[in-house]
Amino acid sequence: MREAELVVIGGGPAGLAAAVSAAEQGVRDILVLDRNPFLGGILQQCIHNGFGLHRFGEELTGPEYAGREIRRAAEHKIPCLTGTMVTDLSPDRVVTAVNPESGEFRIRAGAVVLAMGCRERPRGALSIPGTRPAGIYTAGTAQRYVNLMGVLPGRRVVILGSGDIGLIMARRMTLEGAKVEAVCELLPYSGGLTRNLVQCLQDFGIPLLLSHTVTGIEGGQRLTAVTVSEVDGNRRPIPGTERRFPCDTLLLSVGLIPENELSKGAGVALDPATGGPVTDQFRQTSVPGVFACGNVLHVHDLVDYVSEEAALCGRSAAAFLRGGIPEGRTLPLRAGAGIRYVLPQKLTLPLTERADLFFRVREPVSGTILRLRAGGRVIREIRKRQMAPGEMERLKLEPGEIGEESELTLELG
Amino acid sequence: MFDTAVIGGGVVGCLIARELSRTRLKVAVLEGAADVAMKGASAANSGIAHAGFDPEPGTLMAALNVEGSARMPALCAELHVPFVRNGSLVLGRAGEEGALQALCERGKINGAEVSLIGRAGLEELRPGISPAFTAALWAPKGGIVCPYQLTIAAMGNAMDNGAELFTDFRVVRVVREGKGFVLEAEDGRTVRCRTAVNAAGIHADEVSALFGAEKIGLTPRKGEYLLLEKGICRPGDPTLFTLPDERGKGVLVSPTADGNLILGPTAQDSADKEDTATTAEGLRKVREKALEMVPDLPLNRVITSFCGVRAVPAGGDFVLGLSKIVPGLVQAAGIQSPGLTSSPAIAAFVRARLGELGLDVAERPDFRPERPSVHDFGSLPEERKNEIIRRDPAFGRMVCRCEHISEGEILAVLRQNPRPTTLDGIKRRTRAGMGRCQGGFCSPLAAELLSRYLGVPLEEITLKGKGSELLAGTTGKGAKAPKGGAR
Repeated sequence: MREAELVVIGGGPAGLAAAVSAAEQGVRDILVLDRNPFLGGILQQCIHNGFGLHRFGEELTGPEYAGREIRRAAEHKIPCLTGTMVTDLSPDRVVTAVNPESGEFRIRAGAVVLAMGCRERPRGALSIPGTRPAGIYTAGTAQRYVNLMGVLPGRRVVILGSGDIGLIMARRMTLEGAKVEAVCELLPYSGGLTRNLVQCLQDFGIPLLLSHTVTGIEGGQRLTAVTVSEVDGNRRPIPGTERRFPCDTLLLSVGLIPENELSKGAGVALDPATGGPVTDQFRQTSVPGVFACGNVLHVHDLVDYVSEEAALCGRSAAAFLRGGIPEGRTLPLRAGAGIRYVLPQKLTLPLTERADLFFRVREPVSGTILRLRAGGRVIREIRKRQMAPGEMERLKLEPGEIGEESELTLELG
Repeated sequence: MFDTAVIGGGVVGCLIARELSRTRLKVAVLEGAADVAMKGASAANSGIAHAGFDPEPGTLMAALNVEGSARMPALCAELHVPFVRNGSLVLGRAGEEGALQALCERGKINGAEVSLIGRAGLEELRPGISPAFTAALWAPKGGIVCPYQLTIAAMGNAMDNGAELFTDFRVVRVVREGKGFVLEAEDGRTVRCRTAVNAAGIHADEVSALFGAEKIGLTPRKGEYLLLEKGICRPGDPTLFTLPDERGKGVLVSPTADGNLILGPTAQDSADKEDTATTAEGLRKVREKALEMVPDLPLNRVITSFCGVRAVPAGGDFVLGLSKIVPGLVQAAGIQSPGLTSSPAIAAFVRARLGELGLDVAERPDFRPERPSVHDFGSLPEERKNEIIRRDPAFGRMVCRCEHISEGEILAVLRQNPRPTTLDGIKRRTRAGMGRCQGGFCSPLAAELLSRYLGVPLEEITLKGKGSELLAGTTGKGAKAPKGGAR
């Protein structure tokens, strides 16, 4: 069996940044495995710009951002095996992988970083009634067809879901000559970034139908039309509001799901709210020596924050390999009223340096109080002007703020 | 000139072809769609090999069900199709003991192995069943099998033994020629045959009419299903039914032979044979009925929903045997549930009838019953896998990340009878695209492989035959050419 100090599963922005940061901490024997024939992950098909504003202070395209990360990994001479699919991870960190050159092989890893990213929710998960014709794609699949394969999925398009990929694809399809009839969003607000709503829909005159969903699919062989209905406060279609949109393509941007099948196999505990592993501030999962970062941990809004989280994760993995991660008491962090999730889900004490808490609100709020408390003791109270579920929020927690409490709660109101 | 033309490439037609390929007869299968088991009941089915307690004693259905159930394991082993003998449970509430008892008696008359168990036995066999159910009928010989994999494998094996498959061959005209027939397709192609078998599923009534044979009364009955991710049920979990009523066996909760969990079907009569659209109402009913049996089903892990149409015969029983009006025609119509289970027995039955028509149906000595499956690869030990990968590195190139299907496996089915020509064809043969992401990642890769292998541009690749092209053209033509309009 091969051995490696650190195996990073996934060579997208998260995996690469984690590997580089571990290398910077002196870890020499690193192996990055990626199932694609290329590094950079999904960024390679995101040819639009807007990446890297926070990290590099400039607007890069996805491939440009990926290119910088790939160069850094190359500078550190980090071995990366592409075209290599990890098929199993055991609780004692034996990684099973397969590729055309070596066949199926095993690596015993001192530490593992999970960086497998996420996948899109498919049509089936929504159980939209109707037929099963050609012409229904997730937005990311359509993006791959258009940007990597040079083919157009259709010419008359309805998009369900106003997540960022859906918005980006509304613009992309329009630029390729397709007509985007509408973007439907089940919720009364969009989950996408404001800048995408403006630049991808408003600038092209594409209607955004809030509180609307697709309730019917027609067409035997190829899609011919969809039915769109308005929904009530309980997200149920309102009879009588049906509108029929003739179209040949339906794109779905209805949520991203962290890809944690390998994590489950290794016995990593998952958080139902994020769909990713439960971690502490080191991004260490419930399985010792197994760390996680990027969209496999929780779905991020900006890749810049993925890189930041991955760097922290890589540092932690390096510390683990040196025996430098404390194994003290854990302090659970709870998502209270109005908060969908907080990450990390727990802190391992003692807290020796600043811990950034990332969270998302359940629904858009304005002029509200964000409160971090330990039982009855309020640790921090901040007035927030505006927060939306589409944007990840951050609260910086200093070591001195933690006392002897047994649980922390982050809440609104 | 074929000795026999089988009209319909569903599980019945393909198993008949496979059965006939054991003989020296020259056999053709004519299928209206682009692939076998692509439409109709064989494409969308519960996938249960029923034990045989349900059919009315004395019917063909009862006899062929029990015989088919007995033949199924060996058949699946020969064809390398997964078959699991997981057993069936019919759940009864308080007050339904009499009905369970009656069903048990009926099962015994039919020759099925059945017994009654109480709540304790129920909990042992399948934890998680609603406490409302206090007793059950237990049929240990009930099994599960994938209907389209069985159909595809049967056709493949028949072809390996000399049978021919004509796809996109919807018979629209039948002309008598001497003692035989000329069968004409929509596009003008013709097939000549001495005898014909009507295994046209939901269209068997029309086919019978084309021959001028007996009137067959068929009602299309829609059945909607929900399919859940792998890993929810244990592989050996029994299939759960509630007591049957006049509309059928009702909604069931069952593992599939591939390890998913299936819920359904509804039983909605429809005027339209082609109507395989799911409905909000139907899917709601499936969820409701399934939750009545197993209250903690994780319905948030549904990966797809679909609808099949079964052909319900007016008389209730299978319409099976020599046509009384048209010599040379064998009817295999009205094959509703338990049709999948009965199909191996139906095939043997039809072979015997063709013998009565004077065809030589004796076994040939060189028949090869085995058909290897690409699924065999995944279960090989590591050394064997690596030997294969060394010989053909494509087996180490993973295409479907959810089901772990390699490029090598996809290329292997492209070379295997019956060769797929569509993305759905690849999916149903390899399971690439059948997993939790439903082809989000692998379908463009599979489409590209298909395009390369068939030597046609990517834009011509279809999901399931003509008119279902995946793509509308190439990019780079810019926003100047918005030739809008639904196709």
